[in-house]
Amino acid sequence: MQESVRAGTIGVAGEVRELARDLFVLFKPGVMQLVLFTSLVALLLAPKALHPVLALVVMLALAAGAAACAAINNWYDSDIDRIMARTRRRPTAQGRIAPEEALGIGVVLAGFAVAIMGLAAGWLAAALLAATIAFYVFIYTMWLKRRTPQNIVIGGAAGALPPVVAWVAATGRIDLLPIVLFAIVFLWTPAHFWALALYRAADYGRAGVPMLPVVAGRAATARQVALYALLTVAASLVPVATGELGLAYGLVAAVAGGRLVLAALRVVRSDSDVLANRLFRFSITYLFALFAAMLLDRALGGPWVPWW
Amino acid sequence: MVVSGMSEDQLRRRRARNLVIAAALVALVVVFYVLTIVRISGNLG
Repeated sequence: MQESVRAGTIGVAGEVRELARDLFVLFKPGVMQLVLFTSLVALLLAPKALHPVLALVVMLALAAGAAACAAINNWYDSDIDRIMARTRRRPTAQGRIAPEEALGIGVVLAGFAVAIMGLAAGWLAAALLAATIAFYVFIYTMWLKRRTPQNIVIGGAAGALPPVVAWVAATGRIDLLPIVLFAIVFLWTPAHFWALALYRAADYGRAGVPMLPVVAGRAATARQVALYALLTVAASLVPVATGELGLAYGLVAAVAGGRLVLAALRVVRSDSDVLANRLFRFSITYLFALFAAMLLDRALGGPWVPWW
Repeated sequence: MVVSGMSEDQLRRRRARNLVIAAALVALVVVFYVLTIVRISGNLG
């Protein structure tokens, strides 16, 4: 870590604790939670079960992959992270971890993630994981993020791929259900991030990141958020229509989806940071509830049987 | 006290960093070991 920045006279144990805390923040735990939960659900929904230890290693590989993406992103964005209020407490922005160190940590973690995924679940899953990390780093972070307001639309693919990787790790192939899981997270991402961008627009503007509210204005963004919320709900109902998930999931998808669309429409009707913030927070609950409902549905005996 | 151009603080930070790297390496060894055992027993079964 950058030696000049850590001050004080704490002992070695205290230093280790501080370093662990900084690494925890560096790895973006919020994003990682989402990646791990959606992947775990995909792993449990897959028709072929992995050995529990191998499943654990697959999850570890996905966590390491997500941490690698976050660390490399922290390296590349440390200049704008210093400017934005939302990110200025990150250890790379504050100088407690040097950006080059974050890059090193990220590259090592990426190699580790791909290697253990390959050894535990085969090289197709490992290749897919490597492609996901490369997509996030090169396509989203380095290319799209500072160039186009569609950054999080296209970049959202990186966050939507982990459930597909988990499914491939378990089964060795890609089926319809993981593609639907991909579609749900992919379509959910713009609604989620643009809700955040609505009440952080000034922050993004200062940093020169062309998020949609900065480029196209708040009203246009709110309409896009509502559109993507609607598309997310439509995608979430596909597994019910195809009979892969049943009534329990269908009910949660319909009720939570209805609430998501209503929250988005409220943002369209009234230009309010409070409502945008409420939508942003609910969108997280929504995605967790949706994926939890998939597990519940399967536990209630719904697999592969239409409920009607 | 300064040892080989580094202050006490810097030495303590270096020790902390080394401990974290050592822990990560041990974890890595454990993961590869367990993975190998599970794969081998799977192939034997």
